[in-house]
Amino acid sequence: MQTKISSPQQEVIIGDDQPVVIIGERINPTGRKKLAASLEKGDLSLVQEEALAQVKAGATVLDVNVGISGADEEALMVQALQAVGEVTEVPLCIDSANPKVLAAGLAAYPGKALVNSVNGEEAKLAEVLPLVARHQAAVVALTMDDSGIPADVDSRLAIADKILDRCAGAGIPAEDVIIDPLAMSVAADDQAGLAALTALQRIRQRFGVNQTIGASNVSYGLPDRRSVNCVFLAMAVMCGLTCPITDPTAWETRRTLLLTDLFTAKDEFAMNFITAYREQFPAED
Amino acid sequence: MADLDAIRQAIIKGKRNDIVGLVQAALDDGADPNALINDYMIEAMKEVGARFEAKKIFVPEMMIAARTMQTGLDVIKPLIEADGSTKEKLGTVVIGTVFGDLHDIGKNLVVLMLESSGFEVINIGENVPPDTFVEKARELGADVVGLSSLLTTGDPYVKATVEAFKQSDLADKVKVICGGAAVTKKFAMETCGADGHAADAVDAVKAIKSLMGLN
Repeated sequence: MQTKISSPQQEVIIGDDQPVVIIGERINPTGRKKLAASLEKGDLSLVQEEALAQVKAGATVLDVNVGISGADEEALMVQALQAVGEVTEVPLCIDSANPKVLAAGLAAYPGKALVNSVNGEEAKLAEVLPLVARHQAAVVALTMDDSGIPADVDSRLAIADKILDRCAGAGIPAEDVIIDPLAMSVAADDQAGLAALTALQRIRQRFGVNQTIGASNVSYGLPDRRSVNCVFLAMAVMCGLTCPITDPTAWETRRTLLLTDLFTAKDEFAMNFITAYREQFPAED
Repeated sequence: MADLDAIRQAIIKGKRNDIVGLVQAALDDGADPNALINDYMIEAMKEVGARFEAKKIFVPEMMIAARTMQTGLDVIKPLIEADGSTKEKLGTVVIGTVFGDLHDIGKNLVVLMLESSGFEVINIGENVPPDTFVEKARELGADVVGLSSLLTTGDPYVKATVEAFKQSDLADKVKVICGGAAVTKKFAMETCGADGHAADAVDAVKAIKSLMGLN
């Protein structure tokens, strides 16, 4: 199944038969003081810097989240989408927990955006799906609902099933739904990694949809987080992850995803890997 | 005489399989149950907290230490209860994640650390509406209420919950402290008017002690 999203200039295809699509996660002020402070002042230059750096590092979609305490998030989202669109050509992912912000972003976005996110909560479904349908956007759907994030795989599948069903009812085809089966920290629960990987596998098998995952969660609370994330990412791609939300400016992460493409026969003559390697480590001559 | 320091060490190192034997041996030797808890077990968790703060240990090590502590406490509790000399708690903390937010890892870590530090902690779960916080705090006789919020969409509910307390009959009785990824000190204390803010689980123990004048 292929999910297509687009900016005015570019179309990106996400699918099992495509190289992994990196959705750059860095435009997000949560836990990042400098970015939060600049957003608070309405200064979008740092957002633009982050956009450029991620695209240079291989992101082909950029997640845009401007959620900071006490700011006018709707206005800020519109400004941020515009600011990113001025310096890059990649399609954008409008990320907010607030449906009003999603609505404002969608109304202002001149392409087919990805919306991050909906989940199985009744209120969320009711608010977000009509927006996605109206703008013919694509949507990330988290496998959690009114009773929380289920630890077991069966419940996550049941939630994915319910969301896909509701999407169909709202006029959103399955190819425009990207399931996120939620990777939790293995520091807090050492069963969490296997649960996420199994969920990826079974969701792919049963629904065939594209899947994303916030891979940085898994390493929370552990040492050597980057390595933890990378090993998880490589395993997750084999299980059905097609468009991780992650930080490609970390070479280890980018390398991991380029190599998963190579090992799954999606990088002809290894040229993508070699080209990226040369950019990262320019030869001296 | 049983090796009491081994109890401290077992908790710090998270040796869940050893703790029951060590505590039982100490009790068989006539160690005072309350002294075991106060002088060795809580001290051990203080050390664990300090090591976590200094980034010498990681989340799983803190969790397994807290579990080891709980396992040891389970051996001692029946004795204290049978004895009638109920262990004096530092205070009662009611804690939950604000309305609209289902995240629980950080909050549960705070629960573990508070319990291990000698507080009575009642975890009222996630997605808790402001009025429920107040009702539970009243019903359970809370000294302190802890709000957790990971998402910025929780902001209005953090504020609403703090306000619900300020406007209730509990305004002068219950201290409200906030924490979680979305909550800065400035937002919690200046914007919402909370009594305290905690950056992480170890900080939460310190902040709550200080709010209760226990330091």
